[in-house]
Formats: sequence, C-alpha cells, structure tokens
Amino acid sequence: MSIALYRIDDRLIHGQVVVGWGKPLNVQFIVLVDDGVRSSEPEQELYRMGVPPEIEVVFASGTEARDRLPEWERDPRVGILVSGDIATVAALTGNGHRVSRVNIGGLHHRPGRSERLRYVYLTDAEAAQLKALAARGVEVTAQDVPTARPVPLEDFT
Amino acid sequence: MSDPLRGVIVSHAAVAQALLSAVAAITGVSDALVPVSNDGCDSGALTDRLTRAIEGRPTVLFVDLPGGSCLTSSVRLARGRADVAVVTGVNLAMLLDFVFHRDLSPADAARRAAEAGSRAIRTPAA
Repeated sequence: MSIALYRIDDRLIHGQVVVGWGKPLNVQFIVLVDDGVRSSEPEQELYRMGVPPEIEVVFASGTEARDRLPEWERDPRVGILVSGDIATVAALTGNGHRVSRVNIGGLHHRPGRSERLRYVYLTDAEAAQLKALAARGVEVTAQDVPTARPVPLEDFT
Repeated sequence: MSDPLRGVIVSHAAVAQALLSAVAAITGVSDALVPVSNDGCDSGALTDRLTRAIEGRPTVLFVDLPGGSCLTSSVRLARGRADVAVVTGVNLAMLLDFVFHRDLSPADAARRAAEAGSRAIRTPAA
C-alpha cells in the first residue's frame, strides 16, 4: 500500500494526522521528515507521545527521506509522510520518485505570509513553490481533515 | 507570600474557554485559570500565546491530549524550568481541585491534579 498521504503540515504529527487521517486510512506507520526533530531525541519523544503504540513512527532528515522513500513506497503497510515545509516535500518528488499527490494540511501564520485558507498561510515565494510542484505533474490540494473538501491549488494561490 | 499558582488550559478549539467557564460557574473562581487555544497556530505561535498567558508566574499547564501541538509547545516551554509544570488529559474535576490548591509547587500541583482527574474517570452502574 505504501505512503497513502504526503502531507505538508507545520504541526507535524498531531491529532489531525494520527486520528483524522490515521483512523480512516488505517495507518500503520508515520514518517516525520524534519532535520531538527531527527537530531533531537527529546523532540522525537514528544511526537511519539501522541501516537498509539501500534503505529510505528520513523524520524528522518530530508536527505534520509530522499534515500529511503523507495523503501517506504514498497512497504506493504499504509503510511503517512509529513513534513513542515514545502521545500522538503518538493525535494522528494524528483529523482524518479512516484509522489503524485501532495496534501497541504496546515501552514499557519508567520510574518510575510498571507491568509489563503483558514489553515493555509503562504508567502508569494511559497505559493510559487507549490505552483512549480504542480507544473511537474504533482496534484496539490489543501485539505486539513478527510471529511473536508479538497481545495485545488488554483483556488488558494 | 508568593503569588498563588496560575493554571493555563491549553486545548484544541474552544475546549479551554468552555472549561474555564464551567469552573467559574461552579466555584465562582475566575482569576485562577487562563484559556489558550491552538487555533491558527504553528508551534512557535502557540508557544508565544503560552508565554503571554504565563506572564512569568509559577504555572501549571493543563493540556487536553497527551500528544500533538498543545503538548509539544507546552513541554518545550516547561523544559528545564521549575516554575512551570505540565499535566495532560485536562478535565473539569482536576481543575476544580486545582483552583483550591494553588499553594503547592507547580510539580506537586500537577501531580495532585493528575490524581484528582484520574479519580473522576469511572464507569458507574446505571
């Protein structure tokens, strides 16, 4: 089954990921791609706390994720890959990888960003990054939880 | 005498505000707790909200879930600090106990709150 959801969400692993998406997808592993979390055992422990023991959590740097993505894609279990920034996920879509869809789950307000959706704030440069991703054939939609309507990229950039 | 402990309820959506309202309705105490929602926040913004809510006072952070953004921001804020403690699984029973026992250290108050909250979870025969 492999990775069922590639998600960009600056809260990383939280309720919407574990429960909102994890339950209906019957997720069995979550890959968190973040260089800072990868290098910090206390941070990893924090994110593990929110995940039931039957779900494996894999922590990877951006570089490790690029190397290990084929392995996760071959995994017979259902997985979610989550990262907090667009560039990290965009880097996974090259090199012949089969990432065909990217979910924008939550990018919140920071200086320089403007509101595009209730849960999506982007700088113009970030909007351009997403458009570039779509131009490479990746379907980019925003959707915080599975019961919400997926919002096409052109409707929020 | 030092300031009594402050309680900050950290939750998804409007749970924190609702719990605060319930505590005030039951006890009449309205100055012991501060609600903080994670609505619209990444972890940095939520940490900023928590810092403002604490106002440098000794505090117990009452977090709704034992995982997720409310917990991660709370634990990061409390790391290495004796004046801030964290307890998860906030419920009304633990808050009602807390508002009348604010003369403890943050760590002791958090332990007491966890015990009070746990005692309230039962399956009474109908």
